[in-house]
Amino acid sequence: MADNNHYQLHVNGSLRDIRDAWIGESLLYVLRERLGMFGSKGACEQGECGSCSVMIDDELLCSCLVLAASAPGQEIVTIEGIAPLGSPSDVQRAFVDCGAVQCGFCTPGLIMAAHTLLERTPQPSDTEIREALSGNICRCTGYGRIIEAVQRVAVTRAADPDSK
Amino acid sequence: MSTATREGVVGERLGGRLGDSPPRPDGIAKVQGSFAFSGDLSSDGFLWGATLRSPHPYARILRIDVAPAWRIDGVATVITADDVPGKPTYGLISSDQPVFATDVVRYVGEPIAAVAADHPETCRRALDAIIVEYEVLPPLTDPELAIDGSHPPIHPSGNIIRHQRIIRGDQTLVGDVVVEGTYQIGMQDQAFLGLEAALAMPDPGGAGIDLFVATQWLHEDRSQIAACLDLDPEKVRLTLGGVGGAFGAREDISLQVHTCLLALRTGRPVRMAYSRQESFLGHVHRHPATIWMRHHATWQGVIQRIEARMVFDGGAYASTSSAVLINGITHTQGPYKCINATVDGFAVRTNNLPCGAMRGFGVVQACFAHEGQMDKLAAACGLDPVEIRLLNAMETGDALITGQVIENVAPVAECIRLTAELPLPDTPVGGLDGDPMHLPGGAGLTADAAHIRRGIGWGVAIKNLMYSEKFDDYSTARCRLADGVASLKFATSEVGQGFVVLAPQIARSVLGVDDVVLEPIDTTIGSAGSTSASRQTWMSGGAVDGACRLVRERLFEHVGTRHDIDPVQLAVDGRDVVDTLGTLRISVAAASAGVVFDETFEHHHRPTEELDENGQGNCHTAFAFVAHRAVVDVDPELGLVKVVQIATAQDVGVALNPLSVLGQIEGGIAQGLGLAVMEEIVMTDGLVRNASFTDYLLPTMLDMPTVVATMIERPDPMAPLGAKGVGEPPCISSTPAIVAAIRDAIGRDLSRVPVRPADIVG
Repeated sequence: MADNNHYQLHVNGSLRDIRDAWIGESLLYVLRERLGMFGSKGACEQGECGSCSVMIDDELLCSCLVLAASAPGQEIVTIEGIAPLGSPSDVQRAFVDCGAVQCGFCTPGLIMAAHTLLERTPQPSDTEIREALSGNICRCTGYGRIIEAVQRVAVTRAADPDSK
Repeated sequence: MSTATREGVVGERLGGRLGDSPPRPDGIAKVQGSFAFSGDLSSDGFLWGATLRSPHPYARILRIDVAPAWRIDGVATVITADDVPGKPTYGLISSDQPVFATDVVRYVGEPIAAVAADHPETCRRALDAIIVEYEVLPPLTDPELAIDGSHPPIHPSGNIIRHQRIIRGDQTLVGDVVVEGTYQIGMQDQAFLGLEAALAMPDPGGAGIDLFVATQWLHEDRSQIAACLDLDPEKVRLTLGGVGGAFGAREDISLQVHTCLLALRTGRPVRMAYSRQESFLGHVHRHPATIWMRHHATWQGVIQRIEARMVFDGGAYASTSSAVLINGITHTQGPYKCINATVDGFAVRTNNLPCGAMRGFGVVQACFAHEGQMDKLAAACGLDPVEIRLLNAMETGDALITGQVIENVAPVAECIRLTAELPLPDTPVGGLDGDPMHLPGGAGLTADAAHIRRGIGWGVAIKNLMYSEKFDDYSTARCRLADGVASLKFATSEVGQGFVVLAPQIARSVLGVDDVVLEPIDTTIGSAGSTSASRQTWMSGGAVDGACRLVRERLFEHVGTRHDIDPVQLAVDGRDVVDTLGTLRISVAAASAGVVFDETFEHHHRPTEELDENGQGNCHTAFAFVAHRAVVDVDPELGLVKVVQIATAQDVGVALNPLSVLGQIEGGIAQGLGLAVMEEIVMTDGLVRNASFTDYLLPTMLDMPTVVATMIERPDPMAPLGAKGVGEPPCISSTPAIVAAIRDAIGRDLSRVPVRPADIVG
């Protein structure tokens, strides 16, 4: 592409230069293809499935719906920014232990949504979990083990606030 | 190559033997976003590939002019059918689908050309620039017109893909009670989350190619690709790219040949990745079907004869339609005894989207019909849905209408009884807290709780496991043991189902090791067959088990020689090799120190037969069974449904990894729920109306009810590990159970899935 847009994004605490980019690129595309952060997944391009969920200024958003060039100055947190590699968060460990992961394609988005829910509602009811995660489509699990994982984290955090 | 690492899959040190539920070895990488799916694979200097597709369901191509695309900056190549060096067509059973259309397009979305360029947007502009002139033809969209011959052939192979009858026993019997119905099943999409994607890397000079791709069957892909590329199969090397779900949609070729052609043509790595819209057009779907059935029974409700006619719409190309048809008609009776049958089945070609494999493979369609019939029969005989099913429940030793005797464990009555024993939901309409989120319509807050009606319905299913009709879908595995560490090699596609957790469990159980290394899943070993037909636990599990047992024999010989003990006395106990008649106990690690045992094993299932002209023959390999009970709340004014609970008891043989089995049960039920009340690719005159996740509705966490499940563990003597495949049964009878519950709630004769609001209200 002959476009030469240049801008900067704050991603996971770092300032990243984006050079020679086409103005029409989504944040999801830029994260994956220009910054090599392949953890955010694209599955619908319409904000329906939640696979590309990231935090932008503390708001859970579908990065496929955000124009990257519109995001400078905002704090972006992706799945790669949730926990260091090899040192997963309590939510991430619970997903693995509870069988909430099958193919795993929806998982990064669900982890982002689950973290957001548990930050805001530390002891969510079954209905609150379902409502908060209903923007994330999983085609493999039927959701039962995902709900179980979120509940397990809530219970563990209540018993031991340092468990995060 | 700057690919993301397949961290977690290789070299994990996790415990867990058969019967345990250890964490998946790829789990941590998947939750951290570091697992490399096929769409995450990249390479220095790569190009993007994209496909030009037909906007018409049926048209003659008068002219293709690709020159304008070549003139766009950043375009590296443009290819059409003229650039296919080998076989111009591909296909799973019959090779009837062109790599690129030449003279005619037969469905909306049929590939015509492909481009490679520096950016996805450049690709889009290049596709836009290609000029194709069409003479639009009237499409064949009604399967009946394909059968009656009134529409001219839309393909040189004709409009009927396969016609098969089943004729057994008394052809004139008329029962005391006769019930009949016509049932329709809409076109369901597999809707895996991880869109089609691949990376192709050509050898210098185009002598060969590496393809990293999400697929269900590496070796089948390779033989089809190699033929189209005119390369020796060994020059086409496939490696499994991380697979984001499959459910049947990755059994056929989609972008594989196109990606390789672009890479070979440009001499550069090429990545292709479908959009969601393109994915709806670019893979096969579940066959829409129309099924008429007439059941004859005694006054008491004993089934005496079934008549049926099934029509499966295969769409424009054959794919696996002939096998789907056979599955459909051979499961006409369901899990019930029946000695007389008259069945006529057609799989036909139309200008609708091509259809092929999807979880349940023809049996989903048959089950929706036979379960509707069972409820009609129950009503006609004054029985309840459980009584009629128990009365007719099939057992080991019974013959199917094909004459094949069921030799597997067949706990049909047990499935029904144990499901019936599961507790019904104790929550009233709207839940205990009266939260409107629990009402049909949920967040819409539209339902008046006082008007909601609750219903209960049943579905019971039989499903064949593995491939049928003489196909030898064997699987290969290799095991190496050295210094107490086992390495496993197989080409089994891990699509999410969890073979990568099961295989090490098998190795640990057989060999007494803790550490199991999984080698890359690729074509440098023999075929594993497809990850489909609920077959990999049985087939690849059997292959891994066989390879590990051969290694264990070598280990025992080695220990026996060193300690002067007859190897037949040796056994693995925990982490040790022990002398069962003596005192020797030596750890497997010590026993295998400094030596390498390396064995490869092919597991073949027993041979099967083709059906004869009357549909008789031992065509299937094995069978599994399941029952579902659904509880639904229905808003009869707005036609909205809330599924409240699904109870199920499933015949699993042995739950080798109970957590994985539960995941298959819950996940399969979600797809069954989708077909029951939400999911359908809507086509009008061959055009697709809803190729997006905005318009094709999938169950979310709010749509999915609580599942209460019982696993019936009766080891099957025919299965290498006693375990039956568990992937398909959950999505087969959950659909009719939900529809029966809706019928129960509102008293309407619903005969079509998905059930739409208008079907409830209209």
